[in-house]
Amino acid sequence: MKSKHLIGLEKIPVEDLEQIIDTGFLFRDVLERPIKRIPALTGKNIVNLFFENSTRTKISFELAEKRLSADVTNFSSSSSSVKKGESLRDTIQNIHAMKMDCVVMRHPVPGSAQQLTNYVDSVIVNAGDGTHEHPTQGLLDIMSLKEKFGKVNGLKVGIVGDILHSRVALSNIFGLVKLGAKVKVCGPPHLIQKDIESLGVNVEYDIDSLIEWADALNILRIQRERMGIGIIPSVREYRKFFGITKNRMAYHKKELVIMHPGPINRGVEIDSVVADSQQALILNQVLNGVAVRMSVLYLLLGNKNLEI
Amino acid sequence: MKFNIKKLNGFYLLKDGHVYDPYIGINKKIDVLIKNNNIIEIKKNIAPKSSYELIDCKNCIITNGFIDLHAHFREPGFEFKENLITGSNSAIYGGYTRVCVMPNTNPVIDTPELVKYLKDKSNSLPIFIYPIGSITKDQKGDELSEIGKMVEAGAVAISDDGLPVKNSQVLRSALEYAKKFNIPVINHAEDGYLVNEGLMHEGINSLYLGVPGNPSIAESTMIYRDIEIAKYVGGKLHIPHISSKESIEVIKYFKDKNFIVSAEVTPHHLCLNDSILRNYDTNAKVAPPIRSEEHQKSLIKAVKSGLINCIGTDHAPHSIDDKETDIKHACCGMIGLESSFGLVNQTLLNNNIPINSIIDLFSYNPSQIINIKPNFIQENSNVEINIIDNNLDWTFSNDDIQSKSSNSPIVGMKLKGKVIYTFNKGFISIKK
Repeated sequence: MKSKHLIGLEKIPVEDLEQIIDTGFLFRDVLERPIKRIPALTGKNIVNLFFENSTRTKISFELAEKRLSADVTNFSSSSSSVKKGESLRDTIQNIHAMKMDCVVMRHPVPGSAQQLTNYVDSVIVNAGDGTHEHPTQGLLDIMSLKEKFGKVNGLKVGIVGDILHSRVALSNIFGLVKLGAKVKVCGPPHLIQKDIESLGVNVEYDIDSLIEWADALNILRIQRERMGIGIIPSVREYRKFFGITKNRMAYHKKELVIMHPGPINRGVEIDSVVADSQQALILNQVLNGVAVRMSVLYLLLGNKNLEI
Repeated sequence: MKFNIKKLNGFYLLKDGHVYDPYIGINKKIDVLIKNNNIIEIKKNIAPKSSYELIDCKNCIITNGFIDLHAHFREPGFEFKENLITGSNSAIYGGYTRVCVMPNTNPVIDTPELVKYLKDKSNSLPIFIYPIGSITKDQKGDELSEIGKMVEAGAVAISDDGLPVKNSQVLRSALEYAKKFNIPVINHAEDGYLVNEGLMHEGINSLYLGVPGNPSIAESTMIYRDIEIAKYVGGKLHIPHISSKESIEVIKYFKDKNFIVSAEVTPHHLCLNDSILRNYDTNAKVAPPIRSEEHQKSLIKAVKSGLINCIGTDHAPHSIDDKETDIKHACCGMIGLESSFGLVNQTLLNNNIPINSIIDLFSYNPSQIINIKPNFIQENSNVEINIIDNNLDWTFSNDDIQSKSSNSPIVGMKLKGKVIYTFNKGFISIKK
């Protein structure tokens, strides 16, 4: 790997991206073994710094770290201390003091992971920085697509929802475009960045056309707090124009792969029947999440002579 | 010796320089002899004497001191960022002899007593300080400050600084009332609803960085409103730190209807673009934001065509704690007095703007917007002179910063042209 950190999928070399995914599949096999632990990161100190609420990502990283035999420290800060704006600088000093090998950080402000690399020697893994990137989510989504289709190049992937505020969308776009997938984004026009086509994607406002076009859809979670405050007029209106509903899927009768980064708002962006159907990869995504995070940590930190 | 300031004492002969004083219309190679704080002789080939301190001005321009219509010296209230002394040092380092200071202090400069406080406190400084009073009490945007009494005490303009006057009727009243005192109203033009918590210019760079964008129309829509009101009441409006192409179009639209407003641009909006934020450099976070190259080009074009009249630094010192944080929590603003000329001169020379026109942006033009009369370069006048080596290539470094703060993304950049001597108020400052 050329990369020293994992900040985002925008700047990562394509070879590194492919290596992470390929190694991810090796770790999938490890996760199928009776004993799911290997000594790749024995003696390495990793801190999970979460300045924003997270359940899945945090558990997934922790599992990945433990299965690689790393020493894990968790730190969660209430959002109030971040509001004071003290967190980043204090964080830097604390990391220095604790001599950590690796920092996995989630932070509500874009750029914070990259800024951290200017100040500390530790390996930095971005676990989500505001509305910027969530690279391991992008990686696990790509890995899940590759698992399902055997390739990414040429795949038609639709990303649906609040694109503007979604780090998942941005990491997916950067990664998928880099690997040759065709990407369309779909959602309320005011929740899609004005210049988004400059990232090499197309915009589609009509969900039914998108469904007809796509091989796979990545359905983003719609933040309930955005409902009814003038941004999204109502749940029923959102469902009407962008929802992956039971009726809509029945109408299209199409073999379509459905992904969702979770947590799901059942009955809002996607209906339970669809989320729980055979065509959904959602639980695969969770498993691949652990595998790809193991892959990232192993490649950035691990003893490369060790057989996986 | 990098920066040295001392009392003028004895004779100084400025030899072989080119004198440019647009106020009185001198533009030729001529020597200048100074005694203490006075110009005693201006003529060709003044013979040096052993009692004269000789300053070799070959290939240099001898011109008037610079005037900044827009700086923050943070006193009173935020002396940990800057004070009148450190602010003055950074001004004189950049060749500024007269500086207008913004009222967003604590307390806000909204009474004649506070204006007088600043005037009195700046008497002994090496530069002249001109307070700008607030438009509304405590910059709250509701009730007009005592504008007349502030003008009597020495205020030269009114502004609520970084807080746009949202209430159009309040702005109308201010523009109308200020006519009586013949001062401009300076309104920071940004529609807060359109800014919508944007942290940088909305465009391709903000898209890549995942940073909420502040659209260029947040500025131009408010500028349209402001000029429309000024035109309606016949008020004098000055537009600070203009940043966008659309804003230039609005100014042109009104100019074509024969209503002219003055507009200023900062060195950073004119000479940088938002690619500087690609590494989330919080020192480049300013309000309004530094925009894309397309906007930057339109600003350069507007300087050429005269739609933009002057450079205002918006020198905005912030402590390390205010800046060494994430992009959301970092304060807006950068220091600018020290690097202003070198940065602007480099950009504008590259765009084929003649040096005298560049110098006008720093002295003559701002003096016409806010009625400021400097000392001219003539015999029996007090000395208020810059000596500029306008072809000097230099790298801006932390050693050049005289401000109490060092929040500048210019550090490390190569600049062209430097004010190497400044004479003012009986001081000489040497910067080479």
